[in-house]
Amino acid sequence: MASEPKEPRGYRDLPIGAVPYKLSTAYLTGDWRALRPVVDNDKCVKCMLCWIYCPDMAIIWDGEKILVNYDYCKGCGICAHECPVNAIDMVPEPQE
Amino acid sequence: MVYGMPRIPPEKQILKALNGDEAVAYAVKQSLVDVVAAYPITPQTIIVEKFSEFVADGEVHTEFVPVESEHSAMSTVVGAAAAGARAFTATAANGLALMWEILYIAASLRLPIVMAVANRALSAPINIHCDHSDAMGMRDSGWVQLFVENSQEAYDTVIQAFRIAEDPDVLLPVAVNLDGFFLSHTLENIRMLPDEAVHEFLGGYRDASKVKVKVDYFEEPVPLMLNPARPLSFGPLDLYDYYFEHKMHQVEAMKRVPEVVRRVHDEYAELSGRRYGDGVLVPYAVEDADIIITVLGSSGGTVRSVVKKMRERGVKVGTVRIRMFRPFPHRELAEILKGAKVVAVMDRAISFGSYGPSFLEINTALYPLREKPLLVNYVYGLGGRDLPPGDVEKMIEELVEIARRGEVEERLRFIGVRA
Amino acid sequence: MVEVRWHGRGGQGAWTASNLVAMAAMFDGKHVQSFPAFGPERSGAPIVAFTRISDEPIEIHSMVYEPDIVIVLDPTLLKNVRVVEGLKKGGFVIVNYEGPGEKLYKALGVEKGVYRVYKVPATKLALEILKRPITNTALIGAFIKATGLVSLEGIEKALRERFPGPLAEKNMFLIKKSMELAEEV
Ligand code: SF4
Ligand code: SF4
Repeated sequence: MASEPKEPRGYRDLPIGAVPYKLSTAYLTGDWRALRPVVDNDKCVKCMLCWIYCPDMAIIWDGEKILVNYDYCKGCGICAHECPVNAIDMVPEPQE
Repeated sequence: MVYGMPRIPPEKQILKALNGDEAVAYAVKQSLVDVVAAYPITPQTIIVEKFSEFVADGEVHTEFVPVESEHSAMSTVVGAAAAGARAFTATAANGLALMWEILYIAASLRLPIVMAVANRALSAPINIHCDHSDAMGMRDSGWVQLFVENSQEAYDTVIQAFRIAEDPDVLLPVAVNLDGFFLSHTLENIRMLPDEAVHEFLGGYRDASKVKVKVDYFEEPVPLMLNPARPLSFGPLDLYDYYFEHKMHQVEAMKRVPEVVRRVHDEYAELSGRRYGDGVLVPYAVEDADIIITVLGSSGGTVRSVVKKMRERGVKVGTVRIRMFRPFPHRELAEILKGAKVVAVMDRAISFGSYGPSFLEINTALYPLREKPLLVNYVYGLGGRDLPPGDVEKMIEELVEIARRGEVEERLRFIGVRA
Repeated sequence: MVEVRWHGRGGQGAWTASNLVAMAAMFDGKHVQSFPAFGPERSGAPIVAFTRISDEPIEIHSMVYEPDIVIVLDPTLLKNVRVVEGLKKGGFVIVNYEGPGEKLYKALGVEKGVYRVYKVPATKLALEILKRPITNTALIGAFIKATGLVSLEGIEKALRERFPGPLAEKNMFLIKKSMELAEEV
């Protein structure tokens, strides 16, 4: 078994065809976030508009309530903007 | 060199009188192509016309996609080839220019598309006739570029092109250039291989699973193709962190092309009995030549016929036809040209503000030589202006004079243009 | 190598005739080329097509400047086009023409003895047999009679490949008829 390639990888360790060697899910875009969406599931009417509009598929429906996957949520605020009952608040990220 | 009998002797090959475009269409028909997408443009139109006849008559199983522009034609074959199909398109001039951005994508995604280009001048003014300005516009796009001399070679080269493109060492798109009208519309004797021989030569339909890539998210290497069962994404965002590395793949692939072009050409020659030099360069009477003329495309034959005549008169002149322009065979060409006193480079295109495109390449090829031949660039035939043998003769007389004097004043010269 | 230049008007089938002769020669075992003086073809406009026939593979890919044979599908062209331009000494001129020989020489603007001039009443024959003024195959008949450069079997094969069913027969009949009527003047 060849040893793990050094990061960042050289071209000999990359697949051809401009195919990424990692899944895009390996990039945790959550750390781009300045504001984080916080869902008030008591207010939420389960319309799923936030789920539809989230450009990063970071809204998760677990069968009972709306959750946010903070690994990928970039904090764009679209979900909060679209929510018809203002159940999502954008709050500043904790500083540490 | 002495060659054995071809595996398919001439009398077992189908004799037809076809023009270059039809010859291409027949080659595509025999090449088990899954998808053809094209938009008509003179002088390429006959290729697509003829091929759509084959489709309509049920002679091929190919999915034929009539698109609304060349941009879409190239996009369609990109999608098809990424899904594992053997894909073909054809165009010329402004149609090729409209494909431009997708040409780069086809090459960087390593898609073995084959495209015929019936070379035609770019507008303006509008002109439907032959020059190489269209092909030269795509020379940096990452495609392999082959230029043919006659309709027979157009047929043979299209078949070879699929093998070259799909070779795991290459996996790059290949453009087969045939001179508009001079070849596209000129009826010549063609010998066609039987269908089965072509199928066998190509190894049947394209098998995209032959080339596999290793990615972190699958245990085993996976075929480089779109497949919902093992999804891969082709060409998503790369910034300065990885783009450069991905370009190196293309640099490396291009290095392997000449060897594959030669091998495929040899194998095809054994099958058909037809050879074009070594597949890369087609030299004639160069061994003891003081003057060597380089040329691309159908003019290669015209120049050679005049060279033969001048040889009879004792002029030590030879010629090399450049069959493969990308990758450019710098080293091989330098090897042939190094003994000459004068090298004349004929270009049917010009890079405005510079020289003809192949002149630049040959300068590069000759630079490492300690003793360099004198170099002259002859730009000719723009917009389909004919190259009569008499003009070639005059050029050779001029070259004899240059060789005698041992110097060149004007390196950029023009043939057949009125002052 | 023999080079032929065809003069006609768009729609008269000069390029087709050139193709047919090339195909016939190919069936006879020759190497051939056939191409038009490339341009957008308009019905009625003067056009030119070329045929090359050779025992050796043909390398040259330029137009024909010094033909061995010139064939004129339409006599009205003689007024405006100098059809013998570049024609080699002793070469053939084959014209769709019904008038007397001297008048043809005058129309061509050449002296007797420089070229071998043939005439054939192609329009008349075409109207009679094809019921249309398509003169190209009639000129092929005259060409075969004058030069013997392609065989009748070759041309028959070419016609069959080019035309469906009875049209090939009719044209073959026309070619034979024009071989009878073509004469050197
Ligand atoms: S803030 Fe933006 S990224 Fe995050 S969950 Fe809402 S819509 Fe999605
Ligand atoms: S948009 Fe608002 S109400 Fe609708 S599901 Fe999302 S959080 Fe609940």
